[in-house]
Amino acid sequence: MIEKKIISKRFDKIDPYSIADYIATGGYKSLAKAMAGQRINILSEVEKSRLRGRGGAGFPVAIKMMALAKEAALVKYIVCNADEGEPGNFKDRAIMEKDPHSILEGMIITAYATRATKGYIYIRCEYDKPIEIMRHAVEEARKNHFLGQKIDKIDFDFDIEIRLGAGSYVCGEEFALLESIEGKTGRTRVKPPFPTSVGLFGKPTEINNVETFANIPVIIGMGGDEFAKIGTKSSTGTKLLSLSGNVNNKGVYEIPFGVPIKTVIDELGGGVPDSRALKMVQLGGACGPIIPRYLLDMIIDFDRFDEFESKTGSGAIIVMDDRCDIFDILLRNVTFFKHESCGKCAPCREGHNQLERLLRKFVDRKATITDLISIESLARVMHQTSLCGLGQTSPTSIISTLRYFRDDYIDRLESLEV
Amino acid sequence: MTLESMIQKYPASPEYLVEALRDYQMAKNDHSVTESEIVKIAKYFNVTESKVCSVVSFYSFLSEKPKGRYVIRICRDVPCFVNKSESILKTLETRLGIKPGETTPDGLFTLEYTGCLGQCDHAPAFRINDMTYVDLTPDKVKAILSEYREEKS
Repeated sequence: MIEKKIISKRFDKIDPYSIADYIATGGYKSLAKAMAGQRINILSEVEKSRLRGRGGAGFPVAIKMMALAKEAALVKYIVCNADEGEPGNFKDRAIMEKDPHSILEGMIITAYATRATKGYIYIRCEYDKPIEIMRHAVEEARKNHFLGQKIDKIDFDFDIEIRLGAGSYVCGEEFALLESIEGKTGRTRVKPPFPTSVGLFGKPTEINNVETFANIPVIIGMGGDEFAKIGTKSSTGTKLLSLSGNVNNKGVYEIPFGVPIKTVIDELGGGVPDSRALKMVQLGGACGPIIPRYLLDMIIDFDRFDEFESKTGSGAIIVMDDRCDIFDILLRNVTFFKHESCGKCAPCREGHNQLERLLRKFVDRKATITDLISIESLARVMHQTSLCGLGQTSPTSIISTLRYFRDDYIDRLESLEV
Repeated sequence: MTLESMIQKYPASPEYLVEALRDYQMAKNDHSVTESEIVKIAKYFNVTESKVCSVVSFYSFLSEKPKGRYVIRICRDVPCFVNKSESILKTLETRLGIKPGETTPDGLFTLEYTGCLGQCDHAPAFRINDMTYVDLTPDKVKAILSEYREEKS
């Protein structure tokens, strides 16, 4: 068995509408444990666990948590980023639909440790079922005094409000998300200052992904050191994967870090259907690298993914068979990002228009060597100069295919003359 | 439901502008907001009319342009694409006689693209208003469309 179910241990085993089921399976025990001890102990357990953010970027969670804890403001916020919109990702949906209280428990523990006063869960409006389940879970948690005033009869008040998007991918970017909660257009802010000092409504704010919060009760439950034994040196714990594309068993799987991508596709995914050959795999989503078959021995690990300088760590694996044309795929990705760009900075706003125009020439077999040079330099400029993660990571699929599938580009040129 | 009763469910604070707009538009048959409604909304949330317009033009689910009673939003991203979403799009285009961005002459359906719906494990997928449909095939699409047509008549 290559699966290791820690975050997904209650999936399909409990009724997500029942807080009693959650409690009967050990739920809210970590909260009681956390609140029985010193706040600093929670921070130190998370630090020892070496948990890294599960939204894609893999930032150490303890650093954000400590930064928030150190802020002296009277009002501080915890925000759960449930705006899962990166093509190929659906693991946060699975957690919300199947174990909603694990997210709440993680948020409450984080709030207690950092003395945050209010929490928000920002869910994309297309996620009807997760919205319904999370709303119900918040109500139930309130009724059972896990949320509200004087939680567990001690001097700790914390409540959670659920807020919805209105169809915008970029609102998954942390500052754009905060702007959207404030009722504005989802345009990112210039940083620093980082959200932990100036965040939602100008107050210190810690933003984490759904899966990140779901890890917190696990860490408090087993202890940071024990947690850090799972996975690899640079990437501790488990990862939920969203496996999709041309694969027999699409779905969400949980594995310890360190498992090769190939093993996931073959053993969990059951390989490629219709006896086709696997051509390429896109990691992390539309903003991630596209890698060829010979790199599939690569293990799932944040450090290993670092070389792509993208948000590869969200755990999406999109499998594509030999019928897929690279340029069809790249054009789709770029069209998506062009539509979703907020338009605040020029490299992203103008860059995607140009990338789309250039890629279309490759699709239509009308590209010249000058177009190849342009696409290469434009992708790099966008990666280096865009204001937020959207424009910084959207060219990754182009940069990676220029590295691993260069022949496809050359073969597509109308002529090799300049 | 009137505009007033709908927006008054939300506190009169600018932070609820996006959600109130979305709720209101979902409840309306043409899924859009008019200029006179924008004036009222701006007043209630104590923001400028230009701010309401900028929010409406920014979010995909908000619109000043009237749409059909049923808005079909089809995913065109890679996980759906490699699972034959193009055949679903073609089926919709042929059966409705419209292209993405257009509305049928009877005002019943609008066809649009959407970003990934997070249903990649059941690709291809689309949404009709606030319902998500997955594991689509051309036959399934035909059945879904007739259901909606019957609902109308």
